[in-house]
Amino acid sequence: MDIPEMRHLLGLEDMPADQITSLLDLAHRMKEIGERPVKKVPSLRGKTVCHFFVEPSTRTRTSFEVAAKRLSADTLSLSASTSSLRKGETLLDTAHNLQAMAPDILVIRHSAAGAPHLLSRHLKAAIVNAGDGSHEHPTQALLDMMTIREHLGRLEGLNVVIVGDIAHSRVARSNLFGLTTMGAHVRVSGPATMLPPQIETLGATVCPNMEDAVEGADVIMMLRIQKERMDNDLFPSDREYFNLFGLTRERLRRARPNVLVMHPGPINRGVEIAPDVADGAESVILEQVTNGVAVRMAVLYVLASRHEETA
Amino acid sequence: MDTLRDKRVVLDDAAISRTVERMAMEILERHQGGDNLALVGIHTAGVPLAHRLAARMKKTADLTVPVGMVDITLYRDDVFIGLPHPIVGRTELPFDITGRPIVLVDDVLFTGRTIRAALDALMDFGRPKCIELAVLIDRGFRELPIQADVVGQALQTTPNESVKVMLSEMGTVEDQVMLREKP
Repeated sequence: MDIPEMRHLLGLEDMPADQITSLLDLAHRMKEIGERPVKKVPSLRGKTVCHFFVEPSTRTRTSFEVAAKRLSADTLSLSASTSSLRKGETLLDTAHNLQAMAPDILVIRHSAAGAPHLLSRHLKAAIVNAGDGSHEHPTQALLDMMTIREHLGRLEGLNVVIVGDIAHSRVARSNLFGLTTMGAHVRVSGPATMLPPQIETLGATVCPNMEDAVEGADVIMMLRIQKERMDNDLFPSDREYFNLFGLTRERLRRARPNVLVMHPGPINRGVEIAPDVADGAESVILEQVTNGVAVRMAVLYVLASRHEETA
Repeated sequence: MDTLRDKRVVLDDAAISRTVERMAMEILERHQGGDNLALVGIHTAGVPLAHRLAARMKKTADLTVPVGMVDITLYRDDVFIGLPHPIVGRTELPFDITGRPIVLVDDVLFTGRTIRAALDALMDFGRPKCIELAVLIDRGFRELPIQADVVGQALQTTPNESVKVMLSEMGTVEDQVMLREKP
């Protein structure tokens, strides 16, 4: 076993290919549990998973919650509005208080990049990054890769296009890291105001024009327009955005015949994606949600078993 | 990991074949007519064994017995001293286990903990009429009150010995049951 042990899941930037493969294989097995009459296995019995969501989230949090419960872990969850952060406590103080309740795994979402990394240096619990600002969202990228692998059988050599607000997207960054590690070719497209300078240095090909970007694509990932992360208007109107970068049936014809259409959700119909494409045969958007639970089960299982040994 | 050294061959290719045949007969005898009977192999070696038993039953009694498989990794009681990169095998029961007599199949019966985990796994899929256990080798040293109903061969062992079952379906050249020992 020369795969390095995983103490935390902070991001995919430094995760080697065999580790990603091992997690995806495990997730594939975990998926089967969700299809059983009793959707639960006892492997994390007696373990506590704390979900600490400083930034609002419904689907990621629900997904982690379901994953932990399917493994029989006890879960507790805190959000920004219910935590003492509102009362002026610092993140680290809140986290130390959580640690005092001895969770084995702490799943954190925070609007500041690096918050999970900070906690991983100070707490005993294994830390899972459930999204830190515009930095990384590793479980989302893992579930995207799982979905692609399930449909196309591989990741290596595929043309994957990521369209939208690349600059603000942790989903784009984690996918870019993960996919390039696995040997896929990643293109990014979007309004110039949303393409970060120097993104090529991370291994992406920049296509300012949507038509060029989707040409021959195996996978098209549409990102959500995140109005909450924009300081000022980066494009004139929703309609203009849709005209230039919206995924329409016509644009889809430029891609490979068995192209997959993905979206991390929640989708803005008629802004990033045409309704008939979102509901079309190429769309695997709902499968992504199912696979999200499986991937998070795999991550929790690996971290829980590691934690005991090294603690 | 391979610090064990081979001590002696317990069963060779021909002996395994005879033993499996006898086990199949015993299972058939226990289940007159074999109505609704199903076999479930425990990963890894239990799965090919279950298929061999089913093939035997087909040959001798013209009885088609469905075969499923369970992986018990997620039901283990020692997961936290487990492997750094757990590999979970496939669990696949292509039939409804509720109301059926089930024969669990494994290669070696040792502490009984694997069987305990497999029983828990099976129960999550339904309520079988009964569950019996068939093993190729019973090497003793039980830590739980679990016994096999059908035993290929009972083997006297010492705690520092280990029994390895190699079957051609798992990629070995020939079938063999080897007794190994810590040096």
